[in-house]
Amino acid sequence: MSGQGISQILFYCVALIALGYPLGMYMARIYMADRRGRIELGVYRLIRVDGKKEQDWKSYGGTVIVFSILFWGLLYAIQRMQGHLFLNPDHLKGVPAHLSLNTAASFITNTNWQFYGGEYTMSYLTQMAGLAVQNFVSAAVGMAVLAAVVRGIARRSAGTLGNFWVDLYRSLVYILLPLAVVVTVILVWQGVPQTLSGHATAHTLQGATQPIARGPVASQIAIKQLGTNGGGYYNSNSAVPFENPTGLSNFIELLAILLIPAAQVFMFGRMVLARRHAWMVFASMFVVFLLGVAVNLPAEQHGSQVLRSSGVNLTQGHGQSGGNMSDKEVRFGQANSAAWTVATSDASNGSVNSGFDAQTPLGGAVPLVNLFLGEVIFGGVGTGLYGMFFYIIIAVFVAGLMVGRTPEWLGKKIEAREIKYAALGALFVPTMVLALAALSIVTKSGLASVYNSGVHGFTETLYAYDSQSNNNGSAFAGFGLTNFSADFGTIAMLLGRFVPMLSALALGGALARKRIVPASAGTFRTDGATFVVLLVGVIALTAGLMIFPALTLGPIVEGLMHQ
Amino acid sequence: MRANIVSSLIAIVAITAFFGFAYPLVLTGFAQVAFSHQANGSLIRRNGTVVGSSLAAQSFTGKQYFHERPSATSPAYNADGTTFANLGPTNPDLAKNVEAAAAAILKLEGPYNPGLTIHDIPVDAVTTSASGIDPDISPANAALQSRRVAAVRHLPLATVQKLIAQNTTGRSWGFFGEPGVNVLDLNLALDRVS
Repeated sequence: MSGQGISQILFYCVALIALGYPLGMYMARIYMADRRGRIELGVYRLIRVDGKKEQDWKSYGGTVIVFSILFWGLLYAIQRMQGHLFLNPDHLKGVPAHLSLNTAASFITNTNWQFYGGEYTMSYLTQMAGLAVQNFVSAAVGMAVLAAVVRGIARRSAGTLGNFWVDLYRSLVYILLPLAVVVTVILVWQGVPQTLSGHATAHTLQGATQPIARGPVASQIAIKQLGTNGGGYYNSNSAVPFENPTGLSNFIELLAILLIPAAQVFMFGRMVLARRHAWMVFASMFVVFLLGVAVNLPAEQHGSQVLRSSGVNLTQGHGQSGGNMSDKEVRFGQANSAAWTVATSDASNGSVNSGFDAQTPLGGAVPLVNLFLGEVIFGGVGTGLYGMFFYIIIAVFVAGLMVGRTPEWLGKKIEAREIKYAALGALFVPTMVLALAALSIVTKSGLASVYNSGVHGFTETLYAYDSQSNNNGSAFAGFGLTNFSADFGTIAMLLGRFVPMLSALALGGALARKRIVPASAGTFRTDGATFVVLLVGVIALTAGLMIFPALTLGPIVEGLMHQ
Repeated sequence: MRANIVSSLIAIVAITAFFGFAYPLVLTGFAQVAFSHQANGSLIRRNGTVVGSSLAAQSFTGKQYFHERPSATSPAYNADGTTFANLGPTNPDLAKNVEAAAAAILKLEGPYNPGLTIHDIPVDAVTTSASGIDPDISPANAALQSRRVAAVRHLPLATVQKLIAQNTTGRSWGFFGEPGVNVLDLNLALDRVS
């Protein structure tokens, strides 16, 4: 770890807050605005909805589900038929059925898990009109749902949460689109291709021919990072120089990963008029983010046992960043790979700029644990913060039990119904991960996906279901495509998306109906450092304890063998 | 429900038209005009033929050239099928690959670097890159190879070192990322000199 590497990470943190705060204020204004522009009204007329009509949580959730399922169907159809459609200069064939279902589910749920290599499986049409569209839409759906839930927290004695179509339109057009255009332009400038021509063919200096995949890459990479999607244009994702060519492009993409999730915390504070509380939520996330970096970076800089005992030079300095350079890129080195590893697994992004499979046991355990926390540390756009609300409810409930009073949050009494929704939202996904991973390692068809033998194979399996269930999409890789893994992955992604989403909407609906009770001396304060400690503790206990037994079977055993 | 389905279908068509076509096509048009070189894959031409991209490693085996980092793609340095090696930290194959790579380097560079031991080999020279087409090697790796290239090409070492410095991509704005030596650019520069 050099001072230079650490200062890059610190600068990143400063930039995240400096840009996230004003963006959060802007987003709050967007979602609270009553005025509708002429184009906006035209769009509502076109899709035949009344933008002024508000929906209760059930109607809101129903619209989300219908909209998402129909999009799932379209995405499946495009992939199956891409061989007969236009914009296919490399003449790629239709995608197999199980893989298409899995990929369609993967993109509508904001997971972007990839059982395929983009550059040799998906035509330009599929990438542009199918997958890249979902990068916008799945992100906007998460943002819309969050806006609705936050309104539920802010309102009193209200029955409705807003209108899905209004929230969707505003997320897409006023927030995601302008940011994506700016990031695209920066990325192209740095070297990311943006062309409709097919492969280039190079005749190398030693006389070989080298095909070079390119395409409309930059416009897709911009939104894949901003929307915490993470699905790469290329198989090796953002490690590939064509997706992420320079130190600057890496900084911009890394910023784009956490920018909207961070801004949403400030947006929440503005919308419910609880800025100090929002800062405490931000602080809780920030602490866990820094912890992740503080574990991953030294572990990777120290290097793996195999590399250390080989005798090669791992020492940082004298013209190299050293450490575990397996499946890492020279232009990123250790600090930028570590910051990315933590950010992408804290958010539900899942793009990678280094290979997780090759990380040291301790370093690789960081993304695994982060995913298991349900991606509430910043988390996915929208999904991260409403996931955090579950933990906040549990935290104030625990605090209420300690002092023997009815728990309150932001002036609202937290009662049995809210606790049930929060518990369902927080516990459903980790439970499903363990069940699916267990099912996968006790069946022959499940084991067929595993590349590395022994405990590392178990870690790969656990990570695969962890990643898909949490809608992350990053891969430890080393986990192959079979019909079994494709279909169970599809189930994991769909349930992992919609169960917590509906729980959050139900929670928002329940809170909207409540009246405000004035704070008393017995009210647990949620705007101080005690709350940060309690919240981080609750996250660690709830999710951490669930994954600990599984961790002992995977990375911990591997770490011990490694000694 | 029916109204929901109708609205969803119209919205899906509209969104696909705008974000699936208008958004990437307008940006493609802009990129082709404003940043034509980058937008088309940063291709490098020599005498009119495309010899590679400054963003993709290519295979160099000749002694007169600097060599790239190991690659796990098939074939190596396949810019049309990038991949990680995905060898876990305890995988015996990782140890075997690292050992083999280190032995090959000692054999290749040893004659030009008396007293060279495995401890002098920078780690990036024996490990696969994440993309399989990492265009850069560490400056330490370039320094290790410089004596061989200078000797084979009958160039003064200082000339080779100067070319290395010229083809080292520093941190962006002197701050972001890590320095690396672009192997293709460097080898092209060497070919121009001798």
